[in-house]
Amino acid sequence: MSAGRASAAANPRRSAWRRSEARAGFLLVAPGLAVLVVFFFLPILAALALSFTDFDIYAVGDPSTARVVGLSNYARLLRDPVFWISLKNTFFFVLVGGPLTVGVALGTALLLNAKGVRLPGLFRTVYFAPVVTTVVAVATVWRFLYHPRFGLLNHVLGFVGIPAVDWLGDPRWAMPAIVLMAVWKNYGASMIVFVAGLKAIPESLYEAAVLDGAGAWRRFRAITVPLLAPTFLFVGLTTTIGYFQLFAEPYVMSGGDGGPVNSTLSVALFMYKQGFRWWNMGKAAAIAFVLFAVILAATLVQARLQRGRET
Amino acid sequence: MSRRPAPLVLAALLCACGGPGPGAPAPRELRFWALGREGEVVRDLMPEFERRHPGVKVTVQQIPWTAAHEKLLTAYVGRETPDVAQLGNTWVPEFAALDALEPLDAGVARSAVVGKGDYFPGIWETNVIDGVLLGVPWYVDTRLLYYRSDLLAQAGVPEPPRSWSAWRAAMAAVERKGGPGRFGILLPTNEWAQPVTLAVAAGATLLRDGGRYGAFRAPEFRRAAEFFVSLYRDGLAPPLANTQVANLYQQFAAGDFAMYVTGPWNLGEFRRRLPAALQGSWATTPLPAPDGMPFPGTSLAGGASLVVFRASERRDLAWQLVEYLSEPGVQRRFFALTGDLPARRSAWDDPALAGDGRAAPFRVQLEHVRPTPKVPEWEQIAANVWERLEPVARGAVRLDQALALLDADVDRILAKRRWLLDHRKAAAPAGSAP
Repeated sequence: MSAGRASAAANPRRSAWRRSEARAGFLLVAPGLAVLVVFFFLPILAALALSFTDFDIYAVGDPSTARVVGLSNYARLLRDPVFWISLKNTFFFVLVGGPLTVGVALGTALLLNAKGVRLPGLFRTVYFAPVVTTVVAVATVWRFLYHPRFGLLNHVLGFVGIPAVDWLGDPRWAMPAIVLMAVWKNYGASMIVFVAGLKAIPESLYEAAVLDGAGAWRRFRAITVPLLAPTFLFVGLTTTIGYFQLFAEPYVMSGGDGGPVNSTLSVALFMYKQGFRWWNMGKAAAIAFVLFAVILAATLVQARLQRGRET
Repeated sequence: MSRRPAPLVLAALLCACGGPGPGAPAPRELRFWALGREGEVVRDLMPEFERRHPGVKVTVQQIPWTAAHEKLLTAYVGRETPDVAQLGNTWVPEFAALDALEPLDAGVARSAVVGKGDYFPGIWETNVIDGVLLGVPWYVDTRLLYYRSDLLAQAGVPEPPRSWSAWRAAMAAVERKGGPGRFGILLPTNEWAQPVTLAVAAGATLLRDGGRYGAFRAPEFRRAAEFFVSLYRDGLAPPLANTQVANLYQQFAAGDFAMYVTGPWNLGEFRRRLPAALQGSWATTPLPAPDGMPFPGTSLAGGASLVVFRASERRDLAWQLVEYLSEPGVQRRFFALTGDLPARRSAWDDPALAGDGRAAPFRVQLEHVRPTPKVPEWEQIAANVWERLEPVARGAVRLDQALALLDADVDRILAKRRWLLDHRKAAAPAGSAP
């Protein structure tokens, strides 16, 4: 009883102190928060509002011509065959390119982390270099590699007796070509994360396993994979999220139009064309939110799956 | 509802600001945005203008073509438009919809330099939106037929075709003679201008009721579309996008195709890039006409215009720059610098042009050009044309069906425009009441 009273007596002072602490804390985060609100949350809300209007080139000149159209941008989008093509292309890129990127990244990380590798620092840098190169420069080089007649790739395939493929001109091959380039360009970032994850696994575990007679594959399955699970989750999620926003690669490789025959048109590129080429801002905003919903759903599913596997 | 001021306003401005004061202190800056290569070389023409207008400094900003459209629109939104700009003439309707351009009728009416009569009518027409002149043609583009005269002659076609049926026969003859691997013509599948040029030649209006609805089911467009897709279906044209043509010039030199519909920018390229041995074996000719229509077939009025932005504070001076660049002498110099074909007939007297047998067909063709529909949505509409025709060329969809779908697409794209036009009509009587 007395203890309770004592604490009650102490309460007002402590809560006053708490409150002043909270105020100080709030003041400290306020600038950061203000920036977030002004440059992040408000534009998002504005874009959401925009997606319910038919804001277009006419409205740019005279905003009074923009009309509230409710959900019709969304409804029309779902009936637009080109949107579905872009969604299919994006899923192809994520589902093929994502696992490939993570796989190649893990493979190179394991190689770099293996004992007896000379100059691991040099190789890390070499493999990481494409990540920090601009897409435009990379795309220019790859356009040469993919050239149907004079490209290195077809030249090499020719040695093996495979007939020339028109990589960027053939609608069947254009997206796989972009996947290949994107994997090469992006796996370095995930590789670095995997290397860090591998370094964090205590060496003693492997030594104990060797003493118990575990082979290399067993050690990989029983030690590396489970201990790397958090890294996997992180790399998997960031790669997926990044790949759903595929834009720069097809933009540069197809000259901004997603061709041939829309075969490299990603959702983000479709949004860009609607928004900045044709100035259909309402429709472009709707595409942005549909893409957001798709990414959110995919991320939740992926996180659920990977966590489910862990437990 | 029209927010364009009476031409009188411009006239008043011209009067008020005419003649720079002799003791004008600070240099008056005139901002001029020019695109691509034109933006690079037009600088050479500025010293003369500055000499004639003491105290004026022209700042030329060069913008790449690929970024220009977006940059101009962003500049409009940010109220940072230049005084004068070069505009692709198919962009004029869009900037007209924004009400961003200064009407130039009054300036032309008073001008001793710019007169409608000396310009190719179809090209001039691209700058007139709802009866108001918003730009002056600077240089012109149109597409016509480039062909390998040697391959046609070998195939027993001594003269270039003048009608569609002769054209088709020439393609077939070239293929019979050349065997597999040789096509009659190259019509890149990702260029909307290819089917649309044929449609314009057949007399298609493309849109109807003042740009309110698509007119792609009209018999004229149907006729052109039928001809167009049949060329792929019958193997006379390879179904290739221009990105798939690895090296156009090499393939033209190798005889992979004997004809090609393209524009004046390729005059210089063909001269530079085709081997010397072939230089006597290629030529240009105006477009063949649909059977029963007079030769030459109508082509598209392309090119670039000079415009003055409404937001400019120096519209008088801006107009004088437009006038200066339109002078026949300056047009000739500009042609010498760029190879861009001049927009004025009088500038074509230049010996370099008049004596060029491959430029001469352009002179003929330019008298027979028509603008694409002058609605801001045109580029978006054009993108749909091939999208709907491609499955027909592959034989997957019937033409009737594709054209009905195309009209439906286009009607949807034009929905807002219809609403605006009706809205304006409804508002006009109320607005004009005293």
